[in-house]
Amino acid sequence: MNLYDFIFYFFAALTIVSAFFVVTTKNIIYAAFNLLLTFFGVAGIYVLLGADFLAIVQLIIYVGGILILMLFGVMLTNKITNVQIKTEASFVIPASIGVGLFAGVLIAILLKTEWRNSPADIPISTLVPIGKLLMEEWAFVFILLGVLLLIALIGAASIARKE
Amino acid sequence: MIFEFFADLLGSQILSAIIIAALPLVFIILYVLLANWLERKVSAHMQDRLGPMRVGWHGWLQPIADMIKILQKEDIVAKDADRKLFSAAPVLVFVGCYAAFAAIPFSSAFVGADLELGLLYILAVSSIVVAGILMAGWASNNKYALIGAVRSAAQIISYEIPTVFIILCIIIVSGTLNLTTLSEQQSGTFLNWYILGGDVEGWKKFALIPFMFIGFIVMYISSVAESNRTPFDLPEAESELVAGYHTEYSGMKFAMYLFAEYANMFVVSALVVAMFLGGYQSPFGYVGDLINVPWLIPIEQFFWFTVKGLFFVFVQMWLRWTLPRLRVDQLMALCWKYLIPIAFVNLLIISFLMIL
Repeated sequence: MNLYDFIFYFFAALTIVSAFFVVTTKNIIYAAFNLLLTFFGVAGIYVLLGADFLAIVQLIIYVGGILILMLFGVMLTNKITNVQIKTEASFVIPASIGVGLFAGVLIAILLKTEWRNSPADIPISTLVPIGKLLMEEWAFVFILLGVLLLIALIGAASIARKE
Repeated sequence: MIFEFFADLLGSQILSAIIIAALPLVFIILYVLLANWLERKVSAHMQDRLGPMRVGWHGWLQPIADMIKILQKEDIVAKDADRKLFSAAPVLVFVGCYAAFAAIPFSSAFVGADLELGLLYILAVSSIVVAGILMAGWASNNKYALIGAVRSAAQIISYEIPTVFIILCIIIVSGTLNLTTLSEQQSGTFLNWYILGGDVEGWKKFALIPFMFIGFIVMYISSVAESNRTPFDLPEAESELVAGYHTEYSGMKFAMYLFAEYANMFVVSALVVAMFLGGYQSPFGYVGDLINVPWLIPIEQFFWFTVKGLFFVFVQMWLRWTLPRLRVDQLMALCWKYLIPIAFVNLLIISFLMIL
């Protein structure tokens, strides 16, 4: 077993085990912190596939942004104001239909993609190609997304403002 | 570089990866012992005291004595604390700080991982620290700890925004996110450092200098805030919150927070040094070049990087014992009303200058 395989199995095990705990645990804080490990494991696998930019953005946005926001929400409601957060299984049938469809899409992609599974195939960095694509081919969509985020920001500020 | 060296020497990739990963730990331990002693001496001399004097020459063995003491302490976990998360939190905080050391270019021969995205990587792993601090605050089951943790997270997230703006300024000027390339671009004398306009040609260099200075100051202020040091140590304000998120911790777990704090101080200083002050480059040429001994150059580079980093660690201590603590509203006002607009205008001006 070389270093590459070793790291892959480590991150794969980390992702699967922590994702299992996210779903099964009854304690919402445990679920949130297991989600941290899941995101971390997925970021590690991105690095192994040569998607370095994606891996770092995954850490910045999911761990640094969304997860912290979730923890804030849970902590400020659960511990301080004694609001009980529901943790039992609900909407079983619609949820399983949705998850089933999504799993189908994922498996289709899994089978169709040509995976790069040796260190030699992996590009050194994806940063420059991604930047070129965003600024040349997809410039319009990129600017549109920027405007969308700006609208969300203005909306958030106006909701939070005291009248 | 160093990875290939160890891989050739030992013949095993896994073993050499482990050695490379452990080298910064040795550095952190030695540096924390030094910084801890330095902090006591700096604070003492600023208040016209002598500080520790008994253990060794001017008390230089004091941190080692304290470490031995802290190793013997009983590990206390409060009855209502969440045991698993309580034990995991200090590890997570330390891992976040330690992971940043992977991308720090100590010298041209010793970079843990020569990442193309080094600058972004350090930002990304520092978000793990926030999660660790929140975990500590929640698991302690203590009001002071929880408020300290929430304050700390809010503060770190807010002060990341001006940091990112200043990093964008540097990316625009240098065209790279790789910390080693960034250092290589600032080679030669100190006139090529980015704080003095970098290696940009002609009048643009002189036009850039004031904005680079502003960028440097904004970056340094927000990085002090990100490492939770006075005047921004609201999360552990003694007069309000006992000790903030590590109120309930004792013994080795408390020491982990101490290590993480000092390691973080060096990481933010190293980031400032790599971006503005030439990275590992010497301010005026190398002795190794002069006497024609090439293997001396990486060692000199390591020396310069450590000296520059330690100088900014010293400035953080200096600030700590000079300035009073901010109030929470002042802290947020400083970030959102002053630093972010300044950083944003700075970014606009620098990008305008660079497309001219």
